[in-house]
Amino acid sequence: MKYVDEFRDGKLARKLGKAIAAEVDENRTYNLMEFCGGHTHAIFRYGVQDLMPDNVKFVHGPGCPVCVLPIGRIDNAIALVEDNDAILCTYGDMMRVPASGRKSLLKAKAAGADVRMVYSTQDALKLAREFPDKEVIFFAIGFETTTPPTAVAIKQAQAQGLKNFTVFCNHVLTPAAIQHILQSPEVREMGAVSIDGFLGPSHVSSVIGTEPYEFFAEEFQRPVVIAGFEPLDVMQSALMLIRQLNEGRSEVENEYTRVVTREGNLKAQALVAEVFELRREFEWRGLGMVPYSALSIKEEFAEFDAEVRFSVPKIVAYDVKGCECPSILRGVKKPTDCKLFGTVCTPENPMGSCMVSSEGACAAYWSYGRFRQPDIKGGKVIKIEKEAA
Amino acid sequence: MAATRRFPMKLDLKKGKVEMVHGSGGRAMAQLIEEIFVKHFSNPMLEQGNDQALFNVDAGRMVMSCDGHVISPLFFPGGDIGSLAVHGTVNDVAMSGAKPQYLSAGFIIEEGYPLSDLNRIVESMAAAAKKAGVMVVTGDTKVVERGKGDGVFITTTGVGVVPEGVHISGDKAQAGDVVLVSGSMGDHGVAIMSSREGLEFETEILSDSSALNGMISEMVEAVPEIHCLRDPTRGGLATTLNEIAQQSNVGMQLIEDDVPVHEDVKAACELLGLDPMYVANEGKLICICMPEHADTLLKVMQNHEYGKNAAIIGTVVEDEHGFVQMETTFGGSRIVDWLAGEQLPRIC
Repeated sequence: MKYVDEFRDGKLARKLGKAIAAEVDENRTYNLMEFCGGHTHAIFRYGVQDLMPDNVKFVHGPGCPVCVLPIGRIDNAIALVEDNDAILCTYGDMMRVPASGRKSLLKAKAAGADVRMVYSTQDALKLAREFPDKEVIFFAIGFETTTPPTAVAIKQAQAQGLKNFTVFCNHVLTPAAIQHILQSPEVREMGAVSIDGFLGPSHVSSVIGTEPYEFFAEEFQRPVVIAGFEPLDVMQSALMLIRQLNEGRSEVENEYTRVVTREGNLKAQALVAEVFELRREFEWRGLGMVPYSALSIKEEFAEFDAEVRFSVPKIVAYDVKGCECPSILRGVKKPTDCKLFGTVCTPENPMGSCMVSSEGACAAYWSYGRFRQPDIKGGKVIKIEKEAA
Repeated sequence: MAATRRFPMKLDLKKGKVEMVHGSGGRAMAQLIEEIFVKHFSNPMLEQGNDQALFNVDAGRMVMSCDGHVISPLFFPGGDIGSLAVHGTVNDVAMSGAKPQYLSAGFIIEEGYPLSDLNRIVESMAAAAKKAGVMVVTGDTKVVERGKGDGVFITTTGVGVVPEGVHISGDKAQAGDVVLVSGSMGDHGVAIMSSREGLEFETEILSDSSALNGMISEMVEAVPEIHCLRDPTRGGLATTLNEIAQQSNVGMQLIEDDVPVHEDVKAACELLGLDPMYVANEGKLICICMPEHADTLLKVMQNHEYGKNAAIIGTVVEDEHGFVQMETTFGGSRIVDWLAGEQLPRIC
């Protein structure tokens, strides 16, 4: 595949691995948080860690949209479809996330609720046109990347005069979350997580640009490198972070120049600003209440806001006892620190959200990397020696 | 002909629809069976018109396998539910090394289903059976109310006889064995996806749906000591290898670069967020054998029309955890785990 294989080239990866090894300072560790689940996935899927020096560690961040959604909002979504005899559409991963009382959208579907997986907001609009007598609710989730398509759908629904289409808006904002992590006492005072630098979001940054990160790189003295989602992007960005750290710099740099600019996608930003406004605060799973970290639908589009048309009570719900998703999402704990990991919590039977999505840290650890666990007896990386090509 | 005498008005295979009466057990059902099923499957055992097929069996060990087919859509690039219902069961029987001989076919049809489409499906099923060298010798027809089915569901059962001295089983993989596949992975799943409503995308990939008994019979003749054969259907290569690893209590080590995947399949998977290792196949097999037999088997497969892209993809290793590991194209290692959840509903 042109434009994809180039960024997965094993030969280049080995060269880059050597370059990184040559530049790291052996007397320190480099804790680099990859914010996005897309990066986490790439690191595990391609075995990037195997090519990095031992003292460069990836700390997995909260950038997995289904992982950070609080349980109460999923309870809300289930109630929305069940109480209103509606069609609820959402993106695939969301269907399996556990809600309160061992429910999930998938289980609600099995029990008779009309829950449908869609690939885009356009599919949801199409359903609204096909079933004019049904309320069609789009359960919108995701970071800045998925927000513009939701804005487009709302504007189209308005233009087409659709009376049965609403959006249950759960769009969240990346910079607010990164800032919140850096402000948390664990990072600032207790030193439980020492995050030395960030691999910044790739697709999110294609929309918002690199500028929004400049404030906290400066304020918190942490370098940020906007990194593409391919494994070579991850390695190259890690090298750029290591160089900044070695030189004592804390700047925002852009590795993903083939897509991301400083100002981002102005058209998309304008569209989002037209349809959405900031919420005063929003609950993130793992981070708690984060001020100005999410979007709601503006009043002039209120007729398309599920929270206006239907009753959406504030639900305070708690994680399963023992589930460490909150700490894992903050980078304070590793999936293997959780007692439930691999015992009762597996991708087939997820207890916490991090085990659901392939972008979640627990699912990535379990599905791709559990042979690395030292406590699994005999678990070891087996290498086949290939004849030199 | 008997058909014209018993049923003066022929079934309307152009505009007619399946009605509840076609499953009622009366004359209408007899006509449906005669003018569609018996017509295409035609063989002496079926034509006897009994509720069971009577046949002689060779001495030895028989195998039997059953498979329900609920695929959506019913017609897809490279096949349809009819040919798939033959291939699926023929392959399941053949993976024991057996020569599949007879099939049963149970149809559950939704009221209102076009007779023309049913006729097409049965015609395709008969052609697939003929090509695979098996006979459909008994069957059943049920009709369910509109809305209670999804067009047509077909269940087939197959029986066959295993040659003397052949003992192929999923629990026989041993450390040191070589893992082969008969061709590119993921074609069927991607072909189905490309034709799904709401998801149509342009690709030239056809389903690989085919009967592998011919190729297997050549493989078994060349190397009767094959350890394992299995078709990587739902859950794909990854899940099937994990099944074998668990049954045999071994681990596996694969090399990603050596796993054949069509460029189009790779691209479609990239777009849809799928992994070709987990995408279904309906005309491919995994073969595990001793290293000294690997080249012979590879050649037998490569000389066959269904095994042209056969390849050696890895080895069996000792591992009490039964992990299937893979050296990635990128140069790292990872686990290739069981499929979790559902990658694609109703692909077979």
